[in-house]
Amino acid sequence: MASIEDLFKVVKSRFTDDSHSAPASKDVSIPQDLLFKCPRCGGVVYNEEFVRAMKVCPKCNYHARLTWQERLELTADTGSFKEFDAEMRSLNPIGFPRYEDKIAKMQEACDTREAIVTGECTIRGYRCVIGIMDSHFMMASMGSVVGEKITRAFEYAAEKGLPVVMFASSGGARMQEGIISLMQMAKTSGAVKLHSDKGGLYIAVMTDPTTGGVTASFASLGDIVIAEPKVLIGFAGRRVIQDTIRQRLPDDFQSAEFQQDCGFVDMIVERGMMRKRLSNILKLHGFPKETTAR
Amino acid sequence: MSNLTAWERMEIVHNKNRPTVNDYIPAMFTRFMEFHGDRYFGDDAAIIGGIGYLSETPVTVIAQVKGRNLEENKRSNFSMPHPEGYRKALRLAKQAEKFRRPVICLVDTPGAYCGIEAEKRGQGEAIARNLYEFMTLKTPIISIILGEGGSGGALALAVCDELAMLENALYSAISPRGAASILWKDSSKEREACEILKITAEDLTSFGVCDKIIKEPEGGAHNAPEQTADSIYEYLVDAVSRYKSVEITKLLNDRYTKFRKIGMFTE
Repeated sequence: MASIEDLFKVVKSRFTDDSHSAPASKDVSIPQDLLFKCPRCGGVVYNEEFVRAMKVCPKCNYHARLTWQERLELTADTGSFKEFDAEMRSLNPIGFPRYEDKIAKMQEACDTREAIVTGECTIRGYRCVIGIMDSHFMMASMGSVVGEKITRAFEYAAEKGLPVVMFASSGGARMQEGIISLMQMAKTSGAVKLHSDKGGLYIAVMTDPTTGGVTASFASLGDIVIAEPKVLIGFAGRRVIQDTIRQRLPDDFQSAEFQQDCGFVDMIVERGMMRKRLSNILKLHGFPKETTAR
Repeated sequence: MSNLTAWERMEIVHNKNRPTVNDYIPAMFTRFMEFHGDRYFGDDAAIIGGIGYLSETPVTVIAQVKGRNLEENKRSNFSMPHPEGYRKALRLAKQAEKFRRPVICLVDTPGAYCGIEAEKRGQGEAIARNLYEFMTLKTPIISIILGEGGSGGALALAVCDELAMLENALYSAISPRGAASILWKDSSKEREACEILKITAEDLTSFGVCDKIIKEPEGGAHNAPEQTADSIYEYLVDAVSRYKSVEITKLLNDRYTKFRKIGMFTE
């Protein structure tokens, strides 16, 4: 029989595994969804309670990772979302070994074609272009599709005079697309600039984890930068820095709170308040309310 | 074009006698004056910037500094800039825009520095801001990768109208060592990763990232530094004269398109 520790391990792997693996596989027979162990404080709670709290750790307030479907459900007005470029799929630009297999596996595991979903929706009646990155898909690393979808979303918003709300979460550049992935940083930043130069409003929301090439491009370029509590935000990986400087880093290093103290985040907003905050910002910028909130 | 592998080119790039911007700047620009500081925090010796003449044309030069010995490397942090380096670069680029000087970026870095202070001062934001601002900078920008083009730390000086690479230079999203440790949990397989990642000037030309390859002397730039400087100089004079007369709206549209079109997908 599995010990209680083993149960934790299974749950832990779903939320803390930083490798490019799928969410816990379906062939595990023990009740994997019974408990949640927080990767931040180590506290253990019933999964049911954790899910009811919108996947926020009730002990330390860590805002855990969401799938794009969960994020959309919490953010957009019901039935308002129209997806852009739903069929767009990665190719293998540098002929990286077994990249296609990896993508195919991820598409099956995550019920999405790529690491970001973009579209148009209303948030409490305020229309906007929205992008949601899903870290369950190859750590939401940025390759051609992520870059192209973001670029098109900003170009569309610039043309239609719409604001953009972008939920960032990413491990950084997608190694399997080599230099092509690096170029997406320039491409997306250029699209943000184009939108901004037309007077467009861009709200960036940094969620767990926002790192690497995504931090070093569109995620840091919001007119307003919001972060969820306790999430990881940084440029270089913690291990890389530790190896460079050869000393242990403080626990709160690269947290949302650390980034706010350093001056790179405008405000930290609780998940339960996010919809309201976003809609209030959209309202203040003079966008019209279209429908009644759900 | 010599038929070397990426790994062999990497060995050439890491040759301790490979010329650096400390050799090239005096050879290529006359009356170069260095300007210091980002006006917010300090001066980063990993990036030097200033003004001078390229032939008869006043230009702004922004360059990443590899040291030629330990002493120089300590000073320039092995060419790994901090945020204030990138912010200095942006300040000088804006100054160039104001006075309608072409900007010449000489890229040679293993990557942006990874450390506590760099994070505290916003390494990610500093790089992002450069990508954002350089994209619409109203003056020609020519970037040349001299040796190592290390990821975002290189890209922050490579949003440009034309990107040239020295024949043996490399440009990569991730260091081969880093890729090897992710792929095989073994950083000593650097050599294999080097080939898989497609990081040579030839590879990057085929992807539409690199626009021009500048030939190096047989065996690498260190075998004839003056000759290499001459080749870079000739290229720059030609590139600047081609871009100087381009109307600004067209220049910016073309620059946007240059990056806009990079990516490979189906739908």
